[in-house]
Amino acid sequence: MSLRSPLGQAKGLGSAKEGLHHWWAQRVTAVALIPLTIWFAFKVAILSMGDYQTVLDCIGSPWSAALIVSLIFAAFYHAALGMQVIYEDYVGHKGARIAAIMGTNLLMFLFGAAAIIAVVRIALGG
Amino acid sequence: MSSNNRPLSPHLDVYRLPLSAMLSIVHRGTGAFLTLGTIVLVWWLMALAGGEEAFMSAQEFMGGFFGRLILFGWSFALFFHLANGIRHLIWDAGYGFEKDEVEKSSFIVLGVSGFLTFLVWIIAFSFGVGA
Ligand code: HEM
Repeated sequence: MSLRSPLGQAKGLGSAKEGLHHWWAQRVTAVALIPLTIWFAFKVAILSMGDYQTVLDCIGSPWSAALIVSLIFAAFYHAALGMQVIYEDYVGHKGARIAAIMGTNLLMFLFGAAAIIAVVRIALGG
Repeated sequence: MSSNNRPLSPHLDVYRLPLSAMLSIVHRGTGAFLTLGTIVLVWWLMALAGGEEAFMSAQEFMGGFFGRLILFGWSFALFFHLANGIRHLIWDAGYGFEKDEVEKSSFIVLGVSGFLTFLVWIIAFSFGVGA
């Protein structure tokens, strides 16, 4: 005999209504990533044989640092959302699925934070 | 065989996937691969922030055979996912979903991602003597 009333048990079993936000955020970050990744890929190509000081100045210039931080934010958010969909499709076991999604979110946050701190250090020259 | 004639899902071991279906899987594959690849980006930025010595050893690794192989795979994955991602956004807006249009845009996606990969490597090599 459960302590929850029949109504309480039935409530909230439908969709959590968060799907639209997830879907939309995936699209917004995708749109942002179009110019950001093209810009970054070609910038890195141009810098590929540059020496340390050249690369440092170029990555650390104010606009470039701001764009890279934006790129990192958009890419890691987009990647976390995308990986969640992949886990939801293939990981059948509920506990494993939640662990995979949480683990990915936390790792993406950590990597994103590390990358942004690195760019800020480069930009501030220390 | 049973006598009912309801449609069957394709038997994957005897059925050749159409190009559009393969690209759909590759979009997912490149998405996961790029997610893994962010580790390289974080590592490279941290090396650059860590000073000349750390940066030069990172550059040396990326300039070697293994490093270039990773970069090549990463650049193609990125440009493919980018081109196909734009196609996804166009589909989301409600366009380009006729069978012949999907066929045609599959080739465009492959062409654009091949071209951008080629271009970025040409640029990388032609800026050989310092930027
Ligand atoms: C370059 C610009 C990019 C565009 C235009 C783009 C676009 C998209 C779109 C539209 C989707 C949804 C596909 C669907 O509904 O099945 C998607 C999924 C995904 N993207 Fe991106 N993306 C980009 C960059 C990236 C980057 C840099 C990463 C990784 C760091 C990434 C990782 C993923 C992942 C993991 C998925 C989930 C794949 C799936 O559900 O099958 N994307 N992308």
